[in-house]
Amino acid sequence: MFYREVGQYKTNYSADMSVMPLLQDRVGIGIILFIAVVIIPSFGNAFFIQAIMIPFLVFSLAAIGLNLLTGYTGLLSLGTGAFMGVGAYACYKLTTYFPGVNILIWIVASGFFSAAVGVVFGLPSLRIKGFYLAVATLAAQFFLSWCFIRQPWFYNYNASGAIEVPTRTLFGIPITGATASDTARYYVVLGVVVAMTWLASNLVHGRIGRMWMAVRDMDLAAELIGIRLLRTKLLAFAVSSFYCGVAGALLVFQWYGSAEPAVFDVNLSFFILFMVIIGGLGSLTGSYLGAALIFILPIVLRYIPPHLGIPIRPATVDHIQYMIIGALIVLFLIVEPNGLARLWQIGKQKLRVWPFPY
Amino acid sequence: MRAPGGPEVSVGDVLLSVDDVSLSFGGVKAVSNVSFDIHKGEIRAIIGPNGAGKTSMLNIINGFYHPQHGHITFKGKTRTRMQPHEAAYGGIARTFQNVALFRGMTALDNIMAGRSLKMHSNFFWQLLRHGPAMHEEVEHRHRVEEIIDFLKIQEIRRVPVGRLPYGLQKRVELGRALAMEPDLLLLDEPMAGMNLEEKEDMSRFVLDVNDHYGTTIALIEHDMGVVMDLSDRVVVLDHGIKIADGTPNEIKGNQAVIDAYLGVAH
Amino acid sequence: MHLIYQIFVDPFVQMGSAPDLLVQTLWEGLVAGVLYSLIALGFVLIFKASGVFNFAQGIMVVFAALTLVGFYEHGVPAYLALALTIAVMFGLAFAVERLMLRPLVNQPDIILFMATFGLTYFLIGFGELVFGGDPKVMIASQLGLPKGAVEFKMAGGFVSLQKIDIAAAIIASVMVAALAVFFQKTRVGRALRAVADSHKAALSVGISLEYIWVIVWFAAGLVALATGIMWGARSEVSFALEIIALKALPVLILGGFTSIPGAIIGGVIIGVGEKIGEFYWGPLLGSGIETWLAYVIALVFLLFRPQGLFGERIIERI
Repeated sequence: MFYREVGQYKTNYSADMSVMPLLQDRVGIGIILFIAVVIIPSFGNAFFIQAIMIPFLVFSLAAIGLNLLTGYTGLLSLGTGAFMGVGAYACYKLTTYFPGVNILIWIVASGFFSAAVGVVFGLPSLRIKGFYLAVATLAAQFFLSWCFIRQPWFYNYNASGAIEVPTRTLFGIPITGATASDTARYYVVLGVVVAMTWLASNLVHGRIGRMWMAVRDMDLAAELIGIRLLRTKLLAFAVSSFYCGVAGALLVFQWYGSAEPAVFDVNLSFFILFMVIIGGLGSLTGSYLGAALIFILPIVLRYIPPHLGIPIRPATVDHIQYMIIGALIVLFLIVEPNGLARLWQIGKQKLRVWPFPY
Repeated sequence: MRAPGGPEVSVGDVLLSVDDVSLSFGGVKAVSNVSFDIHKGEIRAIIGPNGAGKTSMLNIINGFYHPQHGHITFKGKTRTRMQPHEAAYGGIARTFQNVALFRGMTALDNIMAGRSLKMHSNFFWQLLRHGPAMHEEVEHRHRVEEIIDFLKIQEIRRVPVGRLPYGLQKRVELGRALAMEPDLLLLDEPMAGMNLEEKEDMSRFVLDVNDHYGTTIALIEHDMGVVMDLSDRVVVLDHGIKIADGTPNEIKGNQAVIDAYLGVAH
Repeated sequence: MHLIYQIFVDPFVQMGSAPDLLVQTLWEGLVAGVLYSLIALGFVLIFKASGVFNFAQGIMVVFAALTLVGFYEHGVPAYLALALTIAVMFGLAFAVERLMLRPLVNQPDIILFMATFGLTYFLIGFGELVFGGDPKVMIASQLGLPKGAVEFKMAGGFVSLQKIDIAAAIIASVMVAALAVFFQKTRVGRALRAVADSHKAALSVGISLEYIWVIVWFAAGLVALATGIMWGARSEVSFALEIIALKALPVLILGGFTSIPGAIIGGVIIGVGEKIGEFYWGPLLGSGIETWLAYVIALVFLLFRPQGLFGERIIERI
């Protein structure tokens, strides 16, 4: 009843092919954006913004990046962490050499460095497919991780091996570094993530999205209808790594404030991959949902027992967390292998016919 | 509807000629010294018992397999090794025995995917989904809708093709091939697995494509009734060798063809 | 110019000038390789029989070792602890089949792969909960494994081979031979290969998938136990071992995902390649290249032979 499409006619193709043809969808997005832009900064406390919203947005962006490569183009990648690292370190070096240039420009520019690295490590995808390609991306992951640790140039020869984010401003307001407020950083992240999500949505709804999905579904047939495989796959690597690179830069500059090389290790790659799988391969909404579940769930698990008054040692909570997440992943895959996005679609379908069952 | 590039070939002239082509996989000879041609505007059937090398022949024309010997001349240009996307750009489209649709996409998206080689708006506009990119989408959507009307698949536009019944999937696949505006359309067993009514529908579509769009068609088919009714000329393969070539009536009476199908040892 | 000399000449000169060191390094590489291949063997078993890439193989190694040591620390005599651990691994195989594999039958491979991720995380949490996170000492001598080293002189220096390593190599070879025979010659082995090819087809000829999977996961569990004992005897038993499992991937690339002899040969190549690379070329690039060298070797290999040394060629029919 709430989600009825009846009465919403489109009279030309461009309206029919718009990304959100239904009024209900547009209203829904409007409400979400309103909450994100107005409600949360006004009413959310510092912890909520700093420890939940900012990382959630950063991980969603990384999940979108990986989803473009793995979900839409079907190229399994285990190097996400490394590509995020390239973005973070690129941003760091750029702002070190050119401190006068606005940091936002460098955050976006660092994506290009990631994209270049992504293309290089994506070259094997012409010869190698499926699971074997994942191993090639692991080579990227371990090699780049090693670079971040062993090549001191990356961290400006800092004795600790870590990088510290300098203070940078936008319109006079500090947005990175120790003096930046939560709200300022939140708005920066929100702006970047929303803009890039919009761009990704445009891409996947158009010609390029179709080409990627064709390569994913049957690359031999895609070639036979004229799609150039190498170009399409490399474009996927480039765009995906761009997104991961920007996410990495945001992670360091807007969330952590500093970083050790160990941040961008293979565990991060798996972490983002879980988000994409649980959220739904081939779905931008799914990237957000997956990021929410995988990131927020452990936090919830950590704080529930004390609230309920159950005395458990923090270490034990950690162990139980692992167990629950592991079990949830398996359970999820059994119940809905297409992820949260599919569950969301089913939900919308039910809303369409509610209160009738079908 | 003609694919760009290549010299003008008028009706009746040779559009594609296969010259002394041989293909083997390891020790297995799939195709041996086969030569035939296809005239522009005709419907050419390729028939033969199972394992005769018919699909391999189509794969060679497509550029998917490369023959060890011989060459293909298409629209006046001779080539020995051709990549599949070069065949597509040259004006050759194809359907498959086991439907090769993109299962994750809707019928509309599959056919729109067939327009890929005609869409050129650059990446920057694609990011914005505005201006030239949107203009192009709408323009190609018009063409695709013409094809959807022609094949009468309007209701299933938005259905993911994995959920469609087999007959409709084959129709969508035909639509995707047509979207490429090919000069030569290769159909690999388009009637396989269909009941009588579906076969009649598909036969009508094949004839309409040939009449209405002027597309030259090469078709592999097992149903003799279909072959006799639809095709202008027939080439018969058996064990990778051409054993007959002519009009349907000539083929019907050809003893070698009858022997091949009945399995007479020779 | 000097760089070219450093890369292409120096290391070989070093090798020649101290052959005892070379042999020692080769031996170290061989030993590491044998251990990698044992982990890879577990992967191959499960992949060969169910098409599932069991990411949890690494944690199964740790889990098996911890269970064994755990029983012993609670006062159970060594050999009884071993028997009990084998029973536990059987129980694990049974539980995995029942709770994870059966509901996911016929799902695409990536789903099953992700499910093994879930299994890994679960076992990590469970293992840490039950056994605690501290590293433990493997009960090697209690199980009858030899200690000490064999030394022999050569070329002006000497080479030292740990007896436990020799034992590991022998045990690994025996296991590989037994498994190869099992797969090729027995009825169950044939059924396993059928299941790996196609679940549906195997079901339709009456092969019981559940029975097969329990067997194969149990076999992988036994391999994991043997691996855990060997690894643990050389260093300690800790959860850090879990990451070593990722090293098995390049081994599988080289050896092919479905070849048992390939796992061994691939493991040895990777192990030796890594050690030699680290020792002679490592100082040139900055140490620690062991972390990625194996993957780069595998990657180069993939470019020339996408199916590995022994894997089956993937032929796509259209």
